[in-house]
Amino acid sequence: MDRRRPLPQKTSKRGSLPSGAVGFAILTPVLTISHLQKRFGDRIAVDDVSFEVRAGETIGLLGPNGAGKTTTLSMMSGLVQPDAGSVSFQGRLVQQNADDLKRRVGLVPQDLALYDELSAWANLQLFGGLYGLAGRTLATRADAALALVGLADRRGDRVKEFSGGMKRRLNIAGALLHDPELVLLDEPTVGVDPQSRNAIFDNLEELKRSGKTLVYTTHYMEEAERLCDRIVIIDHGRVIANDTVRGLYKLLPGSSSVELQFDGPQPADDLLAALGLIPGIDAVARSDGGLKIETRDFANALGRVLERIAAQGLRVVSVQSERTTLEDVFITLTGHGLRDGATSRAPQQDAAA
Amino acid sequence: MNFLAIRALIRNDLRIYGTDRRAMLIGILVPILIAAFFGYVFGGTGNAEPAKIPIAMVDEDQGAASRAIVVDMAKAPFLNSQSLDRQEAERQVRAGKLQIAVILPKNFAADAAQVMSGGQQKPNVEFLADPSQPMSGRIIEGVLVRSAIEEITRGEGREPFTVPFSISSTNVTSARNVDYNAYAHSFAGMTTQFILLASIDAGIVLLLLRDRGIWQRMRTAPLSKAQFLVARSCATMLISIFQFTLIYLIAIAIFGVRVEGSVIGFVGMALALCFMNSAFGLMLASLGGSAAATRGIAVLVTLLLVMIGGAWVPSFVFPKWLQKASLAVPTRWAVDGLDAVTWRGQGLGGALAPIAVLGATAIICLAIAIWRFRWED
Repeated sequence: MDRRRPLPQKTSKRGSLPSGAVGFAILTPVLTISHLQKRFGDRIAVDDVSFEVRAGETIGLLGPNGAGKTTTLSMMSGLVQPDAGSVSFQGRLVQQNADDLKRRVGLVPQDLALYDELSAWANLQLFGGLYGLAGRTLATRADAALALVGLADRRGDRVKEFSGGMKRRLNIAGALLHDPELVLLDEPTVGVDPQSRNAIFDNLEELKRSGKTLVYTTHYMEEAERLCDRIVIIDHGRVIANDTVRGLYKLLPGSSSVELQFDGPQPADDLLAALGLIPGIDAVARSDGGLKIETRDFANALGRVLERIAAQGLRVVSVQSERTTLEDVFITLTGHGLRDGATSRAPQQDAAA
Repeated sequence: MNFLAIRALIRNDLRIYGTDRRAMLIGILVPILIAAFFGYVFGGTGNAEPAKIPIAMVDEDQGAASRAIVVDMAKAPFLNSQSLDRQEAERQVRAGKLQIAVILPKNFAADAAQVMSGGQQKPNVEFLADPSQPMSGRIIEGVLVRSAIEEITRGEGREPFTVPFSISSTNVTSARNVDYNAYAHSFAGMTTQFILLASIDAGIVLLLLRDRGIWQRMRTAPLSKAQFLVARSCATMLISIFQFTLIYLIAIAIFGVRVEGSVIGFVGMALALCFMNSAFGLMLASLGGSAAATRGIAVLVTLLLVMIGGAWVPSFVFPKWLQKASLAVPTRWAVDGLDAVTWRGQGLGGALAPIAVLGATAIICLAIAIWRFRWED
């Protein structure tokens, strides 16, 4: 039995959107970040960052550690004052309308924001109380939040008895009790096992379906690709790209590459030049004992490539296609990888590798 | 004002306090044990036999009168007197085993009798004294003078000269003839000290929260710094009241401490003391910066406050200037106020000034905490 269910929704007393109103809402900017700047001493953490978040949208802030994602998110939630620029929530400056806006935004901090010595239920009682919830309303919301993150049967257990993944899920639940319109999540899957990551993704997709606007920081490109409608890539405190996943792939010279290995003689240079002229082929280069071909039209172009090669009497023994990733986009834009060693695979894939 | 948030924070702090039963027990047992020790050392309930002053009598005269004086001194109820030769007596004083050695010189009785008949050659009685016990000499001097005059006049065949009056003593308190209970004072001192320590610790825990995600969650909630600190102060105060109540229940049940004066004054003192301590802990946290730095300052400040405040040793044994100076510290008022409504048996009037001082200190501390506490990152 699936015990998870969406949080009870508020009516639109303050103009908030009812659940599922994504079709209309997606056109409306809910959050406007304009020329944000933040320095810590001599270091510029955030440098002229601007973008918009539309109602019902899920935005990923993607970038390596130290890129300025968390600082940007902290300024969006009002935790950190910007040195310059502004953050507006539905047209009202966050800095000037803090208390009202705080009631409409939920933050999931990167550090676990939980009291280990208390039960999950007691933690939620506190977090709901901070937003003025009490009595039956608080109990109902806490029940629903626990159900959403799949911890309803552990409500009485102390948090210190939870696994890392369960703590992360409870950390998310703590930000949802006041039914915020906008949820800011700062690396919510840090340090969790693949199973818990999937559970968290399910939770976030459930929130997305219920019409919540989500802003999600991560340095795992698979997470961003799976969850986000749009991705803002940040590096060294600056926005270097802001587009849909499909739009970002268009920034690459080729969206996929194929590696061919030969048995016997290698192709001559004139063949390489001829292959490069085939429609849909972006680039052809020699690689380790073979050819590497970048193409936007894998299905059509590859047949013609193989025909030309066969016509030269060469024998292909292996064809390996390599899908391009957001990591490639990131490397193309910045010249370096998302994480140390240019590895951008999420832990799930690392484990599988 | 987000009262529901304040209530939630208070309830949460009480829950956290309740989860660590061992810490709770230690927080109550330690002050009781130390108060019991200090109370016993300073006289207990007043029924225990007081410690006798160890002295030696060195009789170099060896006459009938001097021997009678030595016997008299041995009979004195608050002296533990023994006869030794000069060398051994001096060695024991130097070793700290004796507080005074009284040397009666050769021809002491004869010379003294001659002075009483108008002669000028006064014999000299030498005291070899342990300098760490300055009061003992005065006490022994009084006993020796009375005994010497009596025995010397007797030796001359006259009616012995005796003190021509008797002395009686009545314990004066506002209630009735109440014996001094040293436990009442030591419990006042130790309760003040340990509640202060616990409150300062609560302030330090607040600083440790800064480095946790929970701090960000607090700050993203619609909650002001003042509301947060007031909630914290209330929670600490409630925990302090709980500790105070349990400690005094034990003091009353086992150590015979009684609220001889105003019960309302006693309750007022408890509330004012707990309020002052909680606000003081927050103020230190707001001024100390990091948790480690605050802990260092807190230990120093707490020790000074409790020592000067008379929590360890009653302030009446302090030098006069220190007695006056100690009125500047709130712990002195706390201890004096609790003394007033317990063994001194004073009415509400005796507690009003301490309550006012503690309340005013608490408000000032809380205002400084709200002003100085670093809420933003």
